[in-house]
Amino acid sequence: MKKHLSLLVVTVSFILPSMLLSSCKEKDSKIQAAVESSVKNSGMPEVSASVKDGVVTLTGECKSEADKAAVESMVAKVKGVKQVVNNCTVAPPPAAAAPVVIAADDPLSKGVTDAIKDYPGVKADVNDGVVTLTGEIKRAQLQKLMQTLHTLKPKKIENKLTIK
Amino acid sequence: MALQDKYRELLDTAKSVGVTNLQAREQDNVLYIDGQAPSGAAKDQLWNVYGKLDPDFRSGDVVMNINVSTMVPGSKALVTTQQSNLNIRKGPGTDQPIVGKAAHHEVVTLVSKTNDQWWLVRTDAGEEGYASAQYLSPQN
Repeated sequence: MKKHLSLLVVTVSFILPSMLLSSCKEKDSKIQAAVESSVKNSGMPEVSASVKDGVVTLTGECKSEADKAAVESMVAKVKGVKQVVNNCTVAPPPAAAAPVVIAADDPLSKGVTDAIKDYPGVKADVNDGVVTLTGEIKRAQLQKLMQTLHTLKPKKIENKLTIK
Repeated sequence: MALQDKYRELLDTAKSVGVTNLQAREQDNVLYIDGQAPSGAAKDQLWNVYGKLDPDFRSGDVVMNINVSTMVPGSKALVTTQQSNLNIRKGPGTDQPIVGKAAHHEVVTLVSKTNDQWWLVRTDAGEEGYASAQYLSPQN
């Protein structure tokens, strides 16, 4: 008798809830599939959904507030969905590109003179933002010189150096 | 957009090494790339890719102004002169009097950045003054 009772206890406390749970899980996975296909059709690949007990949580990035609302209302219509938690973020509008800054010839010439002073074979002319390099340089030194010149905000660098 | 295609690998590398405030725009057939690299190694990597795409930097169609963002006050920089000592000057400019020297391959401390060309540094011997940033390589 005692054995039977313990069996009953096992049935009630473990098997039944797990059956209930599994049916709930099954439902959720069905909802998940339906929600995913609905989101996919909306053309918002950045949005993903997770489902728990019929509550759908949306995450990811939408292009606009309108898109965010649209995807929410679409998901809410999916059969079995009790509630939609919309945690999608809206992408900020792309920042306007900062204008290109080009140094005036005066500071540019000064910077170029400083930059080439350790490269005895190198000559440089600055005209209207364009730095023209002539003379000769060792290949191993070229990149270092270029790195320095590029930070001076020139309009262009014409490399006419002979590389040894 | 042709230049952005030519230098696609460079721009992709900039993104993958974590360059911040990355800007790339074309103007008068030159691609201007600006941003802050997270380390000296990341900056060198970009320059290697640039050198590969445009051997010997002959095309003159890129101006890449990438600085190293970790070079903040208190950080260390290696003196990368060719052999000689690095002059430390009273003010930012080669016309300024020399107040000290840092040895080749000595490590100095950045006090502040006056601009991209001149940095205020302090040596371990306690000398403080302005040095040309082109001879200072960030240590990280």
